[in-house]
Amino acid sequence: MNGGEFTSLQRVLTTLDHREPDRVPFFLLLTITGAKFAECSIETYFSDASQVAEMQLRMHERYRHDCLYGFYYASAEVEPFGGSTHFFSDGPPNAGPPPIHSPQHIDALTTPDPESSPVLRRVLDTQRLLKSEVGDRIPIIGVVMSPFSIPVMQMGFERYLNLMFEEPERFWKLMAVNEAFCVNWANAQLQAGATAICYFDPVSSTTVISRDHYLKTGLKVAKQTLSRINGPTATHLASGNCLPILEDIATTGTAIVGVSVLEDLRELKQSAKGKLSLLGNLNGIEMARWTAAQAEAAVKKAIAEAGPGGGFIVADNHGEIPWQVSDEVLIAISEAVHRWGEYPLAWAERYED
Amino acid sequence: MPHYKLQASEMEQALLAVDRVKAEKILNTLSDEPVLDIVEHVIVPAMESVGAGWEDGRAALSQVYMSARICERLVDRLTLFHEPLRQPQPKMAIAVLEDYHLLGKSIIHSVLRGAGYEVVDFGRIDADALAQKVKEEGIEVLLVSTLMLRAAQRVSYLQDLLGSQTSKVKVIVGGAPFRFDRELWKAVGADACAAGAAELLPLIKRITGGQLS
Repeated sequence: MNGGEFTSLQRVLTTLDHREPDRVPFFLLLTITGAKFAECSIETYFSDASQVAEMQLRMHERYRHDCLYGFYYASAEVEPFGGSTHFFSDGPPNAGPPPIHSPQHIDALTTPDPESSPVLRRVLDTQRLLKSEVGDRIPIIGVVMSPFSIPVMQMGFERYLNLMFEEPERFWKLMAVNEAFCVNWANAQLQAGATAICYFDPVSSTTVISRDHYLKTGLKVAKQTLSRINGPTATHLASGNCLPILEDIATTGTAIVGVSVLEDLRELKQSAKGKLSLLGNLNGIEMARWTAAQAEAAVKKAIAEAGPGGGFIVADNHGEIPWQVSDEVLIAISEAVHRWGEYPLAWAERYED
Repeated sequence: MPHYKLQASEMEQALLAVDRVKAEKILNTLSDEPVLDIVEHVIVPAMESVGAGWEDGRAALSQVYMSARICERLVDRLTLFHEPLRQPQPKMAIAVLEDYHLLGKSIIHSVLRGAGYEVVDFGRIDADALAQKVKEEGIEVLLVSTLMLRAAQRVSYLQDLLGSQTSKVKVIVGGAPFRFDRELWKAVGADACAAGAAELLPLIKRITGGQLS
């Protein structure tokens, strides 16, 4: 602390230690929203690393949250594998046609160098610029797609599920290639200035695969990968369910798990207590038509249910604020966290939904 | 038909275990039964139960997907030498609207085919082209799958285009945005919403029976 004031990083580290800082930290995971601030198209916005860094800082100043998000879009990680990105005017970029056309293609697949990709080099440049601006005051969040989840973009979801269930040998070959890529990409971001890496792994969610299957696949991959990343990690299931595997996730060495609004936050907190911190669980879809009052109510509910004792960061539950969410709502979320998130949370004991 | 209940339960277990061989064995024990009975009382209830399991957290999407694939093949085998299972069926089509995520559409397509329905697959398509195809092919029930919020919101525009047609098509939406915001389907002007296969099959039955107007 500096003279009693917590920096954002200190606030986050304290909560990760399952203790109460000055207030509940909150992450606005803003990506494409930066294009609104820059007054340009989403595609143009992401073509300039310094512009992304500048808008991250401007958005941080406006919304007073506790992180900078050094993430562009998920499909950027498929580009080194031969994939492409399709941009929209009002939504997140999507991956183009999958670069792996057949399971046989995997046999000849090699691990590309992340820094051979222009877009990933820009991501690193953004993180370097952010680090030079904020030092250790504000956490800079880097992102990797997990080796277990990126095949959805590499080969298409259906083909990937068929591979997973019907061709286990090739599945594990693909995992080996992806693990090497993921570790290299995560460590490059940490070297560029990222404070921690968010490991996006929606396919491991029990929304997508059963716990039994997770134990045989996604969990093994996560353990092998996260142990080789040279920094702290958070695991995000992109609004998928995790309660049945929460204790398993804790064994991967990750510090945080991103949780869904479709699961009971109190139950999640109870299950994670002392082992994992929770990140969430504001509904990013409903957020697009919230009023300021609804935003405040949702923040208050989340803080009451998971804030006491630390181990909780307020955020949306998907890992990205949708384009359709208004500035008014983002301001309302920020004001609500600053109003209701101050520790100690005496009011939370009397809170009724 | 008391034994069908047992067979449906065994079929559900085979599907959850992604055990194609066991599912085929169950079907073989019913080789003397009417095809329509097998589909309606064994395959469809098993698939509905797996789908309901996904919606309440007991089953995973991969199990729904693999179940639908297995059932689609079972029904193809059963109906190889038979007339279409249900007459009349509304003319149905399915599409992914302005989005690149195709799994949800594929699951629903397989579930419907596994339940004996014929469904035209328009694939990934934009709103203007979709409205045109609906018109050209005389589609009566259109299933629209989306993953991204922006795609879900394009249903409003699609409905504007379809609204100008003489014969109104029923538009049923599904996908993640509609699961996370249960009021969104009304906001975009859809006729109905199905969060997953378990909700969709009864909905299609209601439409077939003229109960959704």
